[in-house]
Amino acid sequence: MVSLEEGGFAIFLVLLAFACLIVAGKTFDQVMAFHAGIGALVAAVGVFWIFKTYFDDGGEPIPQEIDGKPNYNLGPVKFGSAAAMFWGLAGFSVGLLIALQLAFPALNFDLPWTNFGRMRPLHTSAVIFAFGGNVLLATSMYVVQRTSRARMPGKILPWFVIIGYNVFIVIAGTGYLLGATQSKEYAEPEWYADLWLTIVWVCYLLLFLGTLWKRKEPHIYVANWFYLAFIVTIAMLHITNNLTIPVSIYSTKSYIVWSGVQDAMVQWWYGHNAVGFFLTAGFLAIMYYFIPKRAERPVYSYRLSIVHFWALIFIYIWAGPHHLHYTALPQWASTLGTTFSIILWMPSWGGMINGLMTLSGAWDKLRTDPVLRMMVVSVAFYGMSTFEGPLMSLRSVNSLSHYTDWTIGHVHSGALGWVGYISFGALYCLIPWLWNKKSLYSLKLVNWHFWLSTLGIVLYITAMWVSGIMQGLMWRAYDQLGFLEYSFVETVEAMHPFYIIRALGGALFLLGAIIMAYNLWMTVRHGEAEEAEATPVGSLAPAE
Amino acid sequence: MSAWKKHEVFEKNSFVLLIGILIVVAIGGLVEIAPLFYLKSTIEKVEGMRPYTPLELAGRNIFIREGCYTCHSQMIRTMRDELERYGHYSLAAESMYDHPFQWGSKRTGPDLARVGGKYSDDWHVEHLTDPRSLVPASIMPGYPFLAENRLNIRDIEADLSVNAFLGTPYTQEQIENAMADVRGQAMPDTDAAYEFEERWPTAKIRAFDGDPKDVTEMDALVAYLQVLGTMVDFSIYDDKANAR
Repeated sequence: MVSLEEGGFAIFLVLLAFACLIVAGKTFDQVMAFHAGIGALVAAVGVFWIFKTYFDDGGEPIPQEIDGKPNYNLGPVKFGSAAAMFWGLAGFSVGLLIALQLAFPALNFDLPWTNFGRMRPLHTSAVIFAFGGNVLLATSMYVVQRTSRARMPGKILPWFVIIGYNVFIVIAGTGYLLGATQSKEYAEPEWYADLWLTIVWVCYLLLFLGTLWKRKEPHIYVANWFYLAFIVTIAMLHITNNLTIPVSIYSTKSYIVWSGVQDAMVQWWYGHNAVGFFLTAGFLAIMYYFIPKRAERPVYSYRLSIVHFWALIFIYIWAGPHHLHYTALPQWASTLGTTFSIILWMPSWGGMINGLMTLSGAWDKLRTDPVLRMMVVSVAFYGMSTFEGPLMSLRSVNSLSHYTDWTIGHVHSGALGWVGYISFGALYCLIPWLWNKKSLYSLKLVNWHFWLSTLGIVLYITAMWVSGIMQGLMWRAYDQLGFLEYSFVETVEAMHPFYIIRALGGALFLLGAIIMAYNLWMTVRHGEAEEAEATPVGSLAPAE
Repeated sequence: MSAWKKHEVFEKNSFVLLIGILIVVAIGGLVEIAPLFYLKSTIEKVEGMRPYTPLELAGRNIFIREGCYTCHSQMIRTMRDELERYGHYSLAAESMYDHPFQWGSKRTGPDLARVGGKYSDDWHVEHLTDPRSLVPASIMPGYPFLAENRLNIRDIEADLSVNAFLGTPYTQEQIENAMADVRGQAMPDTDAAYEFEERWPTAKIRAFDGDPKDVTEMDALVAYLQVLGTMVDFSIYDDKANAR
């Protein structure tokens, strides 16, 4: 029998494929035609795949347990992990390119598809949503199954979520290059991509909750609280910030319902909480599962995690208006944002302490296990950038730092140091687990990755501190007669050397990630070779 | 001890946890966003503010398409050096018709909130085509293709009516004649231009890209840049009346 789930998804995808074909046929908008074509193709392949698997396994239900152990669904987790690594390399490469464009503008090539304005959203979306998003999807699917001791519900649903999400990434990314963008920071995808993401995201929430409902453990593990908060809040933010009216269903163009100061407030409520819930809550969930696992120690304090959780999600949501100091936003609002940003120090550092102190009694492992070291340094970076953030939210500091590279440096200490490293650590743990390997191909290469990318981050953030503070000071410098001392372009010229140093830092970070990809690839490959032909690869034992 | 025990209700019921999360994360946004729809300083109407003409709106859409906001802000802050460098600080009213707002968050290039009228049309055309021909140290990308691309105005009527639906005060006449008005504004001394002038008395009519024959993307973008920050006359604007 075709299950309700299989039939439902098949009908939905058939309808979607037809709708896409109609739009592709009727539109004058070439970008829309291209995207509707992709949609029709993917939906058709999806339908084909549903029926193929149905006939392959004869519609037999998948066993929930094998030999008394939960039969975890790891296929989508593997897909998400591989996609994360792929998008990571792509996103870091585009980042390096735009860093070089700022130092050497000829690299814009004066073409529409390669100019900085279109590449920069491609970079931010690729690293945040494609790399980070796939890490979050993959780890959450893994963690919620493990800590619930239950298989994810559904046969199609998990695949729909992970593949649907990656289709969103492709539509969004190609859209930017072709000029389909809302020009709202970190919310650039146009209305149809947003709509598609909403559908995928609701399915993701149902999948996650469905796994929790099936759990064999009485308690929901702390990592899952953070994942759930991340999923729910991102849904709320995404829908509110992306409320648009399309010009027509055949056009990529839409207009946001908010305007001016209200749009600014909604945007930064969204923008700052994309940081707070996508890049923080979600990755804290990773911290709460993978660090205790890797260190083989329990989480330091259960009570601290309760306080950490509720305080973090309550306070973070208020912090957005600190992006709008001295603007047309009323001062009470931005001051409120700052106040909560300062209060946010406490849960942020509480979480950091909870993560770091989990290593009590296992600190010696930092010497021997570069993966654990990576995750611990990640938590240290988390502490550093959540210290810097509230500092920069103060009106007086913000008057200097806002609009400058200091912000870019701050973001990257969080993004490269915290999000990057905790993701790398999680993937280094996850890949051997998923593919049933004893350990990674080479810990030595992890060490190389760690030191190269750490050097890269240090170069990056120090270059941006210097150029940001320098530019901020130059903008407000007066000469003896009381005139502004520097023209704008003089400040641009002064930043050139720092842009080169920053690009060098980015290149080192990318190099580290390439080493990682090779290492993970060899970890997966190595095992295959081990089964087929035992002897020749046996010498490649992991370094101690 | 017992207080910690009570937290179990969240840990054992995913639905209770879900509702708890929803309530906790909803509060901050409600408190900060909702008042902005009725506070005087955020919904004030200022004399001179008018919706963008069809050509300016099309230009704004090119500004959006090219991601100009990644390097240029449109928000002058209330600080001495910014007032001297860019002009009067930006008012909330000045972006009231901006769907979406383009205040930006980074100044790799200068603020553009009051760039209108600061340079000539020719300067903009030359600068957009090849920035380093005018500013040797500039790191801005060149946009030579703008002058070559004919402006796509197939949906311009729908553009205006969607904006009108969202509260921008376009008249029915302005919406219906949107397509003609795009040409009218960019082709001076034609019948279309005279009709445009009747519907848009305060807008500038010029061949913005220097060529009155064709309406290009360059026309639209320059028309947009030249109107930025020029609608409100600050010689008669009363700061005190709308102090924030």
